[in-house]
Amino acid sequence: MPKFSALLMAVIALGSFAGSAFAIDVKAAVLRVDYPVLLPISRYDLRPDDLGFAGAALADEDNGTTGSFLGHTYETVTRAVTPEDAEMALGALLDQGIRLIVVQSNGDDLARLTDQAAAAGALVFNASAPDIALRDDQCRANLLHIAPSNAMNADAVAQFAVWKKWDEWFLISGSNPEDVALAEAFRKSARKFGAKITEDRVFEDTGGSRRTDSGHVLVQRQLPMFTQQADDHDVVIAADGTDFFARYLSYHLWTPRPVMGSGGLVPTTFHGAHEAWGATQYQTRFEELTGRYAKPEDYNVWLALRVIGEAVTRANTAEPDGVRDYAVSDAFELAAFKGTKVTFRNWNGQLRQPILLHDGKITVSVSPQEGFLHQTSLLDTMGLDRPESRCTAFN
Amino acid sequence: MKSLLMTTMIGALCAGPVFAGKAFISNERGNTITVVDTDTWEVETEFFAGNRPRGITASPDGSKIYVCASDDNLVRVFDAVTYEELPSLPSGPDPELFILEPSGKRLYIANEDDNLVTVTDTETRTVLAEVPVGVEPEGMGMSPDAKFVVNTSETTNMAHFISTEDYKIKHNILVDQRPRYAQYTADGKRLFVTSEIGGTVTAMDIAEDGTPEVIGKISFEVAGVQPEWLQPVGAKVTSDGTRLFVALGPANRVAVVDAQSLEVLDYILVGQRVWQLDFTPDEKYLLTTNGNSNDITVIDVAKEKAIRSIQVGQQPWGVVTID
Repeated sequence: MPKFSALLMAVIALGSFAGSAFAIDVKAAVLRVDYPVLLPISRYDLRPDDLGFAGAALADEDNGTTGSFLGHTYETVTRAVTPEDAEMALGALLDQGIRLIVVQSNGDDLARLTDQAAAAGALVFNASAPDIALRDDQCRANLLHIAPSNAMNADAVAQFAVWKKWDEWFLISGSNPEDVALAEAFRKSARKFGAKITEDRVFEDTGGSRRTDSGHVLVQRQLPMFTQQADDHDVVIAADGTDFFARYLSYHLWTPRPVMGSGGLVPTTFHGAHEAWGATQYQTRFEELTGRYAKPEDYNVWLALRVIGEAVTRANTAEPDGVRDYAVSDAFELAAFKGTKVTFRNWNGQLRQPILLHDGKITVSVSPQEGFLHQTSLLDTMGLDRPESRCTAFN
Repeated sequence: MKSLLMTTMIGALCAGPVFAGKAFISNERGNTITVVDTDTWEVETEFFAGNRPRGITASPDGSKIYVCASDDNLVRVFDAVTYEELPSLPSGPDPELFILEPSGKRLYIANEDDNLVTVTDTETRTVLAEVPVGVEPEGMGMSPDAKFVVNTSETTNMAHFISTEDYKIKHNILVDQRPRYAQYTADGKRLFVTSEIGGTVTAMDIAEDGTPEVIGKISFEVAGVQPEWLQPVGAKVTSDGTRLFVALGPANRVAVVDAQSLEVLDYILVGQRVWQLDFTPDEKYLLTTNGNSNDITVIDVAKEKAIRSIQVGQQPWGVVTID
């Protein structure tokens, strides 16, 4: 109630002075595709029902407060659907006239939903899919990526490893397609930053030993055996895009080594304990609104909607083309609690951003690491760089 | 080294006949205030200041020190001589920065978590008004005629001009990302707003009736320092309106700017993560709080050189000086 009256007062205050602002009512949607998945290894990683949607609620509040001074209003509708119903749900949103859509889905679904949106002239924000191809030869002109790619995440880890002079890696990857794709990204990062993969093994997903009462007993016997007789290595890099084994690696290796990647020290856009660069304020606002800690998905959705808000505030447009053009222009910049402005790569629509390295409790480090230089932006030391990208949709 | 020593000695000699001045530094993580003698530059004492003390200011007569105890959700008040704690002031939640009007009566406080500016009467210790502003209000400036308070909102990216007569917002000016501080010149004709993430300072000319007009932006460039690290935070203008000093956060430098032409003249190397600034009352020295090196740097204002640094408490945030 105090929030509401505060907002109302601000709107009344607006009436007392003549502004050059135009009234804009911004409507956006968040479409989340929910897949049948097993329970996560850790209860801390359980998916709340409002995953991502909570970020949208906060973004509407934040954008709405700013909008109250300019005559702009923000409303974001949220939909959670099965993969089968995704197309129909998107169709219904487009029928309502919504042309700004944030999608939380895997890469395949994102591609088909983006094409469906393109036919209606809508702009899509990718809040979760890490697929490199969607930033490369499979990129789309109406698709902006808030979520980092596998390449960005792998480079964030690789830079930290190289900075530590842990340049001999034991790569352990899962057997699912998502795991294989992530492993390939780590191999590429190793080449890019001069690390050497001295041992490369696949941990088969046989469907067993996930979180159960006796899970740790099996793990304690299996993992040391699996990791013995590996060539010399400084660090274990885990590529587990499906969360079935990497969290078990720390403390269960044959040779005691730190773990990074999908277990141990994990790259992420955000977590509920991140405090630097004013993030505490984000956390308190989020917790007050939702009653829980923020997850990276919440932050990604919030950030997508803040990009829209920034375009509306600065460029006075909520049209899909207007938002996209402003977002990829040199004029765009946004503060996102990462200590540096975030901007878009105007060759493939990927958001440039620092990546946090999280040990499950605190921010251990933030990549890019000191000493990795780039002629355009330090942030472009992570992920597909302009010369490597085969994306032509933004030309 | 020798010349540094000399400068200090001359400084000390010049300041001779005046009563000992003091600087009060709020230590955000140490939960204390460090008191530094501004003649000898010795630390006099350190005392408990509440939880997460940040913004700090003094009453016009220099008898009281006010500090935003952010995690206590109030403004704590201390006797500037005995350091005894006096009754606190209501501040609204999470007070970060504030500004006291020249008469010392009304205190304008930015409530970072609630998108409000709270106006508190320092005599009756009551809240007079709550003004809704943009997301994450932080910087607070006041026009010398006390007719306007300027609040900057870090996520809305605006400078809100609040009338001190009716507590209504009269102007909203968009500035670059994450505005942190607002500082008028002493004649009230110009206003500077720093933008931490935007990396700029927006300069505005202020008309007779207080209406702002953006006239330019100041950008910074230091050879060998990544542009991302040049993050303007605290700022102060000399009373003659000629020089603007801007703390550049993780760049560990204070920029010296011609406040008229907006040209950047020099960069002074100080401690790590330089945050807020304050002149000594005679304006001979400018003190900087350096959050990561846990010290303050003393800058000789006339020479535009750093002359010494003094270890204070944990994560120094704000600074205020008195005669």
